[in-house]
Parts: sequence; C-alpha cells; structure tokens
Amino acid sequence: MQENPDIPAISDDDALTQLHPNHIKVLRIKTIMASLPILIAALILESSAILPPAFIMAPVALLVVLVILRLPLRRHLARGYAISVDRLRVVRGIWMRRDTVVPFSRVQHIDVNQGPIERFYGIATLTLYTAGMHNASVNLPGLGEDLARQMREDIRQHIKRESV
Amino acid sequence: MSATEGDPRRTDPRSFAVRAIMAMRNAVFPMVAILFAMRDEGYGIFLALGVGLLIAAIAAVSNYLAWTRFTYRVGTEDIRVEQGILSRAARSVPYERIQDVSLEQALVPRLFGLVEVKFETGSGGGEDLKLSYLTETEGEALRELVRERREEEAAPDAEKQASEEVIAAADPPAKLLFAMDMNRLIIFSLFQFSLAAVAVVGGLTQQFDFLLPFDIWDLDFWRDELAEQGESIAGLGQQAQFVGAMLGVIALVALGFATGLVRTFLRDWGFLLEKTARGFRRRRGLLTRTDVVMPTHRVQAVKIGTGLLRYRFGWHGLNFVSLAQDAGSSNHVVAPFAKMAEIAPIMAEAGFAMPAPDASWHRASKNYRTDSILLESAISLFATVPVAIFAPLPFVIIPLSLAILAAVANYYSWRFRRHALDARQVISVHGLLSPETQIASRVKLHSVEIAQGPIAQHRGYATVNLGLAGGSFTMHGVPIRHARALRAAVLDSISASDFSQINAAVSGAQV
Repeated sequence: MQENPDIPAISDDDALTQLHPNHIKVLRIKTIMASLPILIAALILESSAILPPAFIMAPVALLVVLVILRLPLRRHLARGYAISVDRLRVVRGIWMRRDTVVPFSRVQHIDVNQGPIERFYGIATLTLYTAGMHNASVNLPGLGEDLARQMREDIRQHIKRESV
Repeated sequence: MSATEGDPRRTDPRSFAVRAIMAMRNAVFPMVAILFAMRDEGYGIFLALGVGLLIAAIAAVSNYLAWTRFTYRVGTEDIRVEQGILSRAARSVPYERIQDVSLEQALVPRLFGLVEVKFETGSGGGEDLKLSYLTETEGEALRELVRERREEEAAPDAEKQASEEVIAAADPPAKLLFAMDMNRLIIFSLFQFSLAAVAVVGGLTQQFDFLLPFDIWDLDFWRDELAEQGESIAGLGQQAQFVGAMLGVIALVALGFATGLVRTFLRDWGFLLEKTARGFRRRRGLLTRTDVVMPTHRVQAVKIGTGLLRYRFGWHGLNFVSLAQDAGSSNHVVAPFAKMAEIAPIMAEAGFAMPAPDASWHRASKNYRTDSILLESAISLFATVPVAIFAPLPFVIIPLSLAILAAVANYYSWRFRRHALDARQVISVHGLLSPETQIASRVKLHSVEIAQGPIAQHRGYATVNLGLAGGSFTMHGVPIRHARALRAAVLDSISASDFSQINAAVSGAQV
C-alpha cells in the first residue's frame, strides 16, 4: 500500500523549450491594457480629493509599474513546452502550475491563432482540441509564427500516419 | 508536404448579403425605439431610418470584410479555414477526425439557395468547423468528398456503421446481464430512506399557506393551541407522553421508508440490462418506462458507487460514463443496487475488469492529508474570532465543532483515497466512509494534466486530471513521483493506438 520503491523517479522538469522572446512584449502590452482601468479608477478617486494629494495615485502607480515590469517576465519564464515524436507537453502558471501532455493521436483539430498584438510581433498561439471533457482545448501561446505553422503540420502528419 | 494542395476558396459571395440581412434584425429594435421616443417630433421617422441605414451599412461593410478574409481550402488530408480582419485564426481539421458533415438551412439562406456546412468532430468543447454559406450543390459535393476521403482512410469502418443503425427486430437474442426482482427492489428501497417528503410538505405549506383555514405563521395561534394540547397531554401522565413521542418518531420513520419505497419503485421497477448486438440496453421505470441503448465502444469509463450504510452490507451500484452526445446524460446507471460479484461480469462485457487482488495501490500523499486537514479546519477556526467577539460565548462551540468535523472528515476521506494502474486501466478510489471507484481504460484517455497549487508545489503532491470523453477523472493528492510515473505509463498506452481506432473498436482491448 505504501511508497513503492519500483516507481522510477521521472524528473521531467528539464528539457522544456522557452517561448519566443517577443512573447514577453505581448504579455507586457496586455498587462498595461489590463491595468488601465485600475489607473483610471485611481485617478478619479484622486481627483475627488478624499485624501491628501498623491496618497492614492502614488502607491497605485508604483504597484502597477512593478507589476508591469515583473509579471510578464515571470509568466514567460513559467511557461514552456516540449514536443516529441508523438506528444506535446505544455507547462504554464506561476501560482497554479499546470503541466499538460496531449498525445498527437488524440488531437481532433488544430488552430493557429493570432490577435492583432501577436501579429505585430510575429508570434502565434497553437491550440490543440481533444475529445476529453477536461482539457478540451490546450493552448500554447507565444510561438514564433513559422514555428507554430510548422508544429501544426508535424502534428497533422502524425494524425495521418497513426490512422493508416 | 501536401498540406497546401487545393486552392483557397471563398464562401459564396451571396453569404455576406445573407449575413447583412440577418444583421438587419439588430437594426429593427433601435429603429422602433427611436420612432417611439421621437413620436412627437416631425423628423423622428427620418432619424429612425437614418440610424437603421447606418447600422445596415456598418453590418454590410464588416460582413464584406469578414467575407473577403474568410477562406477555406479542401486539401488532400484536411480542411483548412483562415479568417480574421485584424487578428488571424487558422483551423485545420483532418479528414480522419470528421465524424459527420451536416448541412443546415435557415430561412434567409434558404431563399438564396445557400447552406451552412458543419463538420462534426468529437472535440470535447463542442467547437466545430462551419462554412457559412455555400451553394446547395457545393455543400452536397463537399459532404460526398469528405465521405469518400474518410472511406479511403478507414475501410474497416463498416463495423461502426453497423453498430450505429437502428435496432432491428431480427437481432440475435439479447443476453440478460442484470435484472432487479421484487425482493431486490424492496431491499434497495430500505437504503433509499428519505425525509424529503417531510421537507416537501414543509415547502408546500409555505407555498400554499393561504389555503389553510388558520394562519400557520401566527405564533399566538400556536401558543394557544400548544397550551390547550399541552394541558391535555400533561393530563395523560408520563407513560402516555412517552408512548405519544414514540408514535411520532415511528410515524416519521415510516414516512421516510415509504418515500424511499415509492421513489425506488417509480424509478427502478422492472430494471433490465441486456447486451444486444448494438450494445447495452437498459429498461426501467414504473409509470414512465425508459429504454436506453449504449453502444459498447462508447463506454469510456465505469464508476462503482455505494452508500454509507449499504457499503457495510456489501451493496454497490455501477455506472457507465459514455460519450456525451449519446442521449443527454453521459452517466448511465447500469446496475443501481448489486453485489460486487454481479457487477464484475457487467463490467467485463464493457471491456473493464475489477482491480486485481494483488494490484499495487498507491495512497494519496500524507502531506496532502495534513494540508487538507489544516486548510479546511482553518476556515472554521478563523470564523471563531468574529463569533467570539460579536456573539455570546457559548456560540463559539459552533465554528469550533465545524473545524473538528472538517478535520475528521478530511482524515477519514484520506483513508480511501488511492489509485492503481494495471495493464489496461487506471483505477482511482476516493470517498468519505464509503469508497467510490472509478475505472478508465488507458487507451480511451485523451490527455493527462498534472496540476499543482502553491502549497502542493512545496509539499510534493499534485492533482492529476485525465482527459475523459463524457466525464471527468480527477485524482487529488497524488505524490508527484507517482503522478509522473502514472502519466508516463498512460501516455505510452495512448500513443500506441489512434483515436479513430478506439472509437471504432468494440472494446479497448488493444494496448
């Protein structure tokens, strides 16, 4: 019942490929956009002069700047992927760490998506759809445009080979 | 690479006109609103028309842009779609994964002779590829093409086709797997004891209190009534009081058992599970008799549940988890109340086996036990502080006992929590005081995820989520070493077989 010595200690935390460096820039722009409402709210509170000048704006601005500087990089470093002959592994999350493996033979269809910001920086999101209820779609953002397309071709080729 | 074969094509040019017309419906409401608001002004009608035209123009332009940027390509191996004005989205659907092509015609496209072509894959999120709109002939041609390509890919699909057909009268005799006779139903209903009826009566009095001859919520009425009855009860002497109380309790218990009996009889009367050529066939019900057929290859996993009390008497229930598109619910009861010896052969028919007696079980991490006990009781413990401040002192007992209860519950639920792997299956057990077992076929899983929150990362355990079609399969508190070993083993089984094979195969027997 207890710890089984015959279980091999698989340490698969190495060998993760980092995402495209432009991914940090995209994440930063998205963080800036997300923090705009907070800044505006702080500005409104500030102008209502409940507290002495800068008592609201200064700490909020400091916090926002810190988050914009630190968070995108940390999120980028927390993400990674590993592609092998027959499966894709996607790792993400600082707080809640999720480590997902999708075998190519279980992929239903494949998306390569780019939002306007991603397009500007030449990166793309690869999405794999599976038939499972959990992880019905697995996203891998921050790939170089060409790499994402290449990965789609590779995975599709594999589906083809498997079925024959 | 033959992926780029086939020219990019656009949908029918009229489809943007169809979309614009359908978008006009959005313009109607603002137009009416303006007309109504400006009914006293002379220019109201012109303003309404202007706004309507503006909305129509915006819809036309955006739909035109979307139409020019939407292209599809019928390749040798897949169908591809690219779209997006500012963003860009590209989807690739391999022919092997297309299960059906459906043509749909709404009213407006029908006037133009256009159809919406939908490619159905088995993806769990229900996101399918759609082409709207093509001409009817193009749609038909595309459907034919996909069918031909699919047949080229997978010739032995005939077996699956046969299993999808409607049940025929000339089927070979069905094999009886499980039935419930009168005795079984009565024993089952004993465990279905329920005081729901009391709650229902309570709820009804609340809803329909206006029908009663007295005001049920009037305290004075009850005080008077109680005083009157109390006097007469007091006059009866102690023995009679005791008998009265006993009679009340007996009446309540009898009502509880009667509720269970009625419910069980209504639902499970004449329960019959058979194995037919098409799969499992279940019939049950007294007033509304249901007849459900589950194709065998669609059974993804099985669940063996039980209850606090019935577990002590060796009674269990068997459920099948099957593909969601079957018939509404994806969780089918196939044996509501049976002994393990009866459940095992039913599972075997679906290609599942009971965990072997020598299976190597792995328990949940002890760190997980400690953490869940601490975390869940901490919530109630924190609540004692405001209670101690704002409420009379004795009330502190409530959050304190809740904390103890949470700790005990988490301790005991750890005792059953374990998992095992055999050559073909993943087996997971969990439950408080009575175990629930879930068994999934390894080849019928679609993904494996190891998730760790901040505490789990430091304490070396994880939640394992298995991608199961039609249901969820989650294991908590698995030591990270075991989680990784389990994932590696499951993935090796999955990689050895393709989705289109497991979907067509009769059972998950290939490893």
